[in-house]
Amino acid sequence: MTNVMNGADISRALRRIAHEIIERNRGSENLVILGIPTRGAFLSARVADLIAEIEGKPIRRGTLDITMFRDDLRMRAPKALLPTEIPLGGIEGTDLIIVDDVFFSGRTIRAALDALGEMGRPKTVQLAVLVDRGHRELPIRADFVGKNIPTSRDEIVKVHLTEIDGSDEVLIEGQR
Amino acid sequence: MNRHLLSINDLTYEDAVLILDTAAELAKISDAPVKKLPTLRGRTVVNLFFEDSTRTRISFEAAAKRLSADVINFSAKGSSLSKGESLKDTALTLQAMGADAVIIRHGASGAPARLADQQWMTGSVINAGDGTHEHPTQALLDAFTIRKHLRPGQKDLSGLKVAIVGDVLHSRVARSNVLLLHKLGAIVTLVAPPTLLPVGVESWPVEIAFGLDLVVAKSDVVMMLRIQRERMADLFFPSEREYSRQFGLNGDRLKMMQPTALVMHPGPMNRGLEISADSADSLQSVIVEQVANGVSVRMAVLYLLLGGSPLSAENSKVLSDKVVI
Repeated sequence: MTNVMNGADISRALRRIAHEIIERNRGSENLVILGIPTRGAFLSARVADLIAEIEGKPIRRGTLDITMFRDDLRMRAPKALLPTEIPLGGIEGTDLIIVDDVFFSGRTIRAALDALGEMGRPKTVQLAVLVDRGHRELPIRADFVGKNIPTSRDEIVKVHLTEIDGSDEVLIEGQR
Repeated sequence: MNRHLLSINDLTYEDAVLILDTAAELAKISDAPVKKLPTLRGRTVVNLFFEDSTRTRISFEAAAKRLSADVINFSAKGSSLSKGESLKDTALTLQAMGADAVIIRHGASGAPARLADQQWMTGSVINAGDGTHEHPTQALLDAFTIRKHLRPGQKDLSGLKVAIVGDVLHSRVARSNVLLLHKLGAIVTLVAPPTLLPVGVESWPVEIAFGLDLVVAKSDVVMMLRIQRERMADLFFPSEREYSRQFGLNGDRLKMMQPTALVMHPGPMNRGLEISADSADSLQSVIVEQVANGVSVRMAVLYLLLGGSPLSAENSKVLSDKVVI
């Protein structure tokens, strides 16, 4: 088990991502930031807090559960659903940021795009992830990346966050 | 979770809470502009109804359609069943057509269990009411409605007092509700004339009262049951008027209820017999909401039974143990 990011690394990465999001979108007026539960939701809350702090005004935020939209539902036992909370005013015409912890095959993000399609038409959809570990199976890329970590398929990347795991760190398990 | 839902006894406490939590998330979708989810695309769900039904069949159909499943409705009238086809041959036909789930309502207690146990079919069997045995999805939607109003944000119904009033003898709704409400920690009191209580009711996890006036004031939920005229060949009470006066929920008893207490009825109602019109339409009545919640709860059941792998760990064991047909 190798530690590839510690608490300070994670908070620096999130702060940089927050600045990049504001820079790319020229402010935060039109932004809606949605996290994918479980850990993506905690990360998106932190990024949203940082953006609100930098810009000095609140930002619209929520969570997006993609379980019912997965294409691999039939390959595993059914999972409990997690909360979906779309901020008031919806997502129509907004610059929407999806936040997730680990970016791997791209299938989660495909499912998230399908889920958004049921709710409205954002002006743009952008993706922010804490870790990009490669091995994409779909033509999807991230706009904001905390850290690129080259991995082999057998390895497991684990993101621990204080909110539920008690500490902030990113670990790699398996052969190294 | 079990592959079939035949009885509340198929569910553990955790399963029951999982169904209610899932239904709570799915209920939000019913408020969204687009109500459809792709989850069960390509799955076939058969509504096999040997008895009449409005609410349950439409509710299951709406639930399956919101999850993008294909729905085939099959009622006894107008099918080969009226020519005397057996349950087995009907089941083999459904299997040949590739039904992934069969939702069955039957006048005989145990018909869904037979369908599930005989390996006539590989799909899931969901009991939508069998004889005087059980109606598990009705109990789940009742528990969901109670939890939403009286225990918001909590897992179960610990400590709530629920009175189930009326024709317990013939009521599958009452049986499923007693099992589920007890499992979720509620305290159930059955209120009925002795002639409308089943044999062996002493062994149920309930209290029993023979008059509604004694119970109505201290209950958090008053659940009225329909007097099932079609199952009443014998005389169970002297007259409908006398029954209504002793066991019906009328305006006076409604006033005795706590202001936060709920009035429930599984439908269809006999207005003026077990429940008066002013009670049924009062602000404390959640009868119409029960129907709306039925769709969310049935979506949750269909998702949890069908959404995962048809050959996930437990199921594959079941299938490999038994040679099909």
